[in-house]
Amino acid sequence: MAMNGKGEELDASKLKVLEFDGIVVGGGGSGLMASLQLAQSGFKTAVVSKVFPTRSHTVSAQGGITCAIQSADPDDDWRWHMYDTVKGSDFIGDQDSIEYMCQEGPKAVFELEHMGLPFSRTEEGKIYQRAFGGQSKDYGKGGQAERTCAAADRTGHALLHTLYQANLKAGTNFLSEWFAVDLVKNGDNQVVGVIAFEIETGEPYFLKSKATVLATGGAGRIYQTTSNAMINTGDGTGMVLRAGFPVQDMEMWQFHPTGIYGHGTLVTEGCRGEGGYLVNKDGERFMERYAPNYKDLASRDVVARSMMLEILEGRGCGPDADHVYLKLDHLGPEIVHKRLPGITELSKTFAHVDPVEHPIPVVPTCHYAMGGIPTNVHGQVLTQATDGTDNVVHGLYAAGEAACVSVHGGNRLGGNSLLDLIVFGRSAGLHIENALKDGITLSKATNDDIDQALVNLNRVNISSTGEDVANVKSELQKNMQLNFGVFRTGDLMEKGLVELENIREKTQNIHLTDKSSRFNTARVEALELLNLIEVAQATAVCANERKESRGAHARDDFQERDDDNWLKHSIYFADTKEVTKRDVNFRPKTVQAFQPIVRSY
Amino acid sequence: MDAIASKSISSINLSIYRYDPDSGKKPYMQDLSIDIPEGQDIMVLDLLNMAKEQDPSISFRRSCGEGVCGSDGMNINGKNGLGCITPLSEALKGNKIVLRPLPGLPVIKDLIVDMKQFVDQYKKIKPYLINDEEKPEREIKQTVEEREKLDGLYECIMCGCCSTACPSFWWNPDKFLGPAALLQAHRFISDSRDTATEERLDQLEDAFSVFKCHGIMNCVSVCPKGLNPTKAINEIKKKLVKRAL
Repeated sequence: MAMNGKGEELDASKLKVLEFDGIVVGGGGSGLMASLQLAQSGFKTAVVSKVFPTRSHTVSAQGGITCAIQSADPDDDWRWHMYDTVKGSDFIGDQDSIEYMCQEGPKAVFELEHMGLPFSRTEEGKIYQRAFGGQSKDYGKGGQAERTCAAADRTGHALLHTLYQANLKAGTNFLSEWFAVDLVKNGDNQVVGVIAFEIETGEPYFLKSKATVLATGGAGRIYQTTSNAMINTGDGTGMVLRAGFPVQDMEMWQFHPTGIYGHGTLVTEGCRGEGGYLVNKDGERFMERYAPNYKDLASRDVVARSMMLEILEGRGCGPDADHVYLKLDHLGPEIVHKRLPGITELSKTFAHVDPVEHPIPVVPTCHYAMGGIPTNVHGQVLTQATDGTDNVVHGLYAAGEAACVSVHGGNRLGGNSLLDLIVFGRSAGLHIENALKDGITLSKATNDDIDQALVNLNRVNISSTGEDVANVKSELQKNMQLNFGVFRTGDLMEKGLVELENIREKTQNIHLTDKSSRFNTARVEALELLNLIEVAQATAVCANERKESRGAHARDDFQERDDDNWLKHSIYFADTKEVTKRDVNFRPKTVQAFQPIVRSY
Repeated sequence: MDAIASKSISSINLSIYRYDPDSGKKPYMQDLSIDIPEGQDIMVLDLLNMAKEQDPSISFRRSCGEGVCGSDGMNINGKNGLGCITPLSEALKGNKIVLRPLPGLPVIKDLIVDMKQFVDQYKKIKPYLINDEEKPEREIKQTVEEREKLDGLYECIMCGCCSTACPSFWWNPDKFLGPAALLQAHRFISDSRDTATEERLDQLEDAFSVFKCHGIMNCVSVCPKGLNPTKAINEIKKKLVKRAL
């Protein structure tokens, strides 16, 4: 029975049921890596994606996959990469996870190459690696490293298409243009699948599974200006919070230094890796003042703040002095066209400049959520007991930007997101594969359990009066942009929190005017708004609670890092809207832990 | 930017194709007048988003907003393109713009077409690397020159603009593979790491799969990524002919 305009409520008895060994919600890099692992092992696997998989946001990643594959430098060492990542995280990245990622990374990169990923090549025929921000040799003592494996400046596109193709070969079932609404949780707090509907027909389903992977990506659309695609609405995060499970470090949002001014579209850090640099209105290469050693290749939080300070102190470019310039014109057409063809296109389209001839106007743009659904290195979702211990949520996994296995901590290094996707998408797939082989037994969901997961969908479907979705979304985005941006302060955040409570009220009362069944994008947008508000509120509460400056979280009223109180993860539950703390892992298995030091570039 | 400012247009007449098979109504063109910010060259997708604020039932696909995900292929004033990277200054005729779904595919609703035929043709060419040799521990080596052969082929975003602009594809969407799938076929034929070149060519050796391309080159003129499927198709034809001699 497709959903229709009659305002009829759905219940468990009206749903069709499909059953799988594993379902993956999200068709980006981490989701397709997990599904590939399962499908290749012969398990009945479905990818549930609200867009055709190659439309997922991984496709927009430009610069590359940071990984010590010893191509550019035969002496490169994954431990150096680990050191950089721990330092980049401002020491709240979990060191067991970072160790796993950096050590396992090369295996995953070579697997992708064998699948056909068209990496750029060196003269010796090896995978090309470029310099990226925050990369060093010899634990910060050996100068700039070149560690980011690239397919021109279209690495995400090459990666995503390769993975989609490999999944076709492996026989993965694609439920493309299906929207997952909520998790189905049984009486034992285990997850046994999701409620979803086929967007084309409006037909609702209970997708039953022994393992559910949330690979739903980021939620940059809580901000007004973002490099994120319109689909990045934190759907998995919303589902987890509504199911009563927590999220971690949601205050940590990366603002990427080089968003195209006026549009937010990204130009890769690889521009600076290839020798580009930022200048203010006086033509000064100002990063030399803020980061004398790494200059324009300091980590992203440092560069974004430096740019904002230049602008705030009146040295911005343009008639409103509200952006700076990214200079590439000194590199010559050959480098720009060969190494950065995609950004040449973007720059011409959105900034109306050819980077070979003119600098590109840029300003920091919301780019990446370091926080997300807490997991262990196997992708198993964790919840926190009242005594502070971690408990695994059986049946539920998360990977990629939606997850927080915490390899990025307070700030992600460029090129580490694609590595995170492939390493932890793969590890979640591996864990599920083994669990399925051993036999998974989850207790059945009752009809009441299923009805519980239909509450939101029903509320939207039967609404007859109320708030306009587009208006409420725009209010939410303005509020986040204004009060929870690059620089934060207690007063503004308090104000923002009050405003968010009002906005939440409105989201509880939205009106879906178009109730048609067929490809109803208005219904999808209404449900996305319910996820955005969960993410926004988690972000706001955690940001106000973390009374220090660390990584991407920069407070005017608490400018110092406070290791005594906040060398911790923040954990947030939606029902209490309270923040608790969780220990950061300092127990890597094969190396000595890296202890917090003053972070300078 | 300047084109719009000099014409000082602030109101655009948008005519958009509407169709919901469930409604029982025939397809029709809906006319909307949309005020755009003065002096700014917005994209067709921005205009559509503004239209959707007036009428939330208008349906179209969109995602990245920067021309890499391939969601928003549509027919803009008679020419296929991506809404998100087509500026109004380029698309407008006077102050009028007509948006229709990509031609030749079944319409699901409004600007949303059923891509099944398109994807099925893509799947037919086995769009994945085939290499049955034992894999090295590291990467399979490829020279810079070998890798360069993939440029202009691997960048396809599967938006469907080319195949749905191709008369040969309109006539034989089940038998002629269409420019997008053939571009991908050539991407794998050209990959030094692929060991199935002969099987791939065998599969293309019939009267329809490749040879129904008559070099009309609509695909080249509409590709939003500036790719050249006709050239790839000619390369495949050459290889097939050479093999037959």
